[in-house]
Amino acid sequence: MAGVRVLVGTRKGAFILTADGTRRDWKVEGPLFAGWETYHLAGSAQNTDRIYASASLGWFGQQIHRSDDGGTTWTPVGNEFTYDGDVGTHQWYDGSQRPWEFTRAWHLEPSLSDPDTVYAGVEDAALFRSVDGGQNWQELRGLRCHESGPDWQPGAGGMCLHTIIQDPRDADRLHVAISAAGVFRTADGGKTWQPANRGLNSGQIPQPEADVGHCVHNLARHPERPDTLYMQKHWDVMRSDDDGATWYDIGDALPTDFGFPIDVHAHDPDTVYVVPITSDEQHFPLDGKLRVYRSRTGGGDWEPLTNGLPQEHCYVNVLRDAMAVDRLDDCGIYFGTTGGQVYASPDAGDTWAPIVRDLPSVLSVEVQTLP
Amino acid sequence: MTDPATTTAIRVHLPTHLRKLAHIDGELTLDVPGAATLGGVLDVLEDHYPVLKGTIRHHGTDKRRAFVRFFACEEDLSHEPHDTPLPEPVVRGTEPLLIIGAMAGG
Repeated sequence: MAGVRVLVGTRKGAFILTADGTRRDWKVEGPLFAGWETYHLAGSAQNTDRIYASASLGWFGQQIHRSDDGGTTWTPVGNEFTYDGDVGTHQWYDGSQRPWEFTRAWHLEPSLSDPDTVYAGVEDAALFRSVDGGQNWQELRGLRCHESGPDWQPGAGGMCLHTIIQDPRDADRLHVAISAAGVFRTADGGKTWQPANRGLNSGQIPQPEADVGHCVHNLARHPERPDTLYMQKHWDVMRSDDDGATWYDIGDALPTDFGFPIDVHAHDPDTVYVVPITSDEQHFPLDGKLRVYRSRTGGGDWEPLTNGLPQEHCYVNVLRDAMAVDRLDDCGIYFGTTGGQVYASPDAGDTWAPIVRDLPSVLSVEVQTLP
Repeated sequence: MTDPATTTAIRVHLPTHLRKLAHIDGELTLDVPGAATLGGVLDVLEDHYPVLKGTIRHHGTDKRRAFVRFFACEEDLSHEPHDTPLPEPVVRGTEPLLIIGAMAGG
């Protein structure tokens, strides 16, 4: 029977949650990399036994771990992320220019076609790629060296490249999102990049419709409709139907359009999920009610999903990489909270139940659908 | 001048996170060639345990990571140049070189 493997990164290590296709009974394993901030784990689409993990500590820096047996055993691989060529500077909080400095890998994105190729989005914002299973990392320097680079500045969480979206039609086409610079896209495998932020309007920057400087929180794409992209921005939920060239607002009907994660139903490109958060100053659900919102119309119309989620006294957050979907027929939805809960819905969001309640603060959730 | 062909056995104590990462049980003893210096110990440590590269000092620059400290004989060696000879009790093996994670947090 098919099953799922949920990969959970937390402030104090990683956990692996597994279940069969019913997704009722869960086996919880961990912590892996105990004590290390595990920002992200991601499995290869080509080989479900191949999983990459990014773990870091303020004391001892970055580690990348790789498993070739579905997470049973792990091997540290390459941890050297050296910016290629002239390091250059970006804008710091006080307006001064500050040299790029590597802090950690926020997000790992295994290639859709090659298990040995994996991208890493890092802080300070840059994109790295390994073609040997994570042993060696090479920066795709065209992004960091974009002419707008000196104007990029950190968001509250640091200046991080946190989202990497591949185009299933063409491995050379990528979108990335950086806080707080915005979306950039490449059509030549990362050599050259163009900002892809037209239509965004951010009241927190001097020119609200500037080409660069937006605090994009997360992007999602459905493989069967690759020209459509969904975005959760600092404020605003946005959609593009032209591969990111232009964006339009689809979040006006939400109770608040601030939030972090966004994802798309595995089998329906028009079904989208967000978790509205009160505001940029109050990172918790509105009125203490944890509600996922679902649109079945590609945005515009939204319905709250509450069955099984706490509807009082809930003041957790759901971070940008902490929501994922499986590919089983009825599409499971998963998300983790800063309070350490991981919730699962085996029916596309209609009903929810916690898999675990008391993990460390959850940084990321990914799902592998197992044969 | 110390003969580079000779080695000195240096006891090294690593923090728990790094011992787990490198699968090291307890205290290490490293044979350090030539003059026993802090840098020499780190070179040998990283040669024996490549997984520790980048965890104590930065890749490329070999600069100590900000929250790593080097102690020996109740002295803080963290700010000493890496070619500074280690204290005599460490060279004799009566005291270990302590590599620790700095106090950080509330």
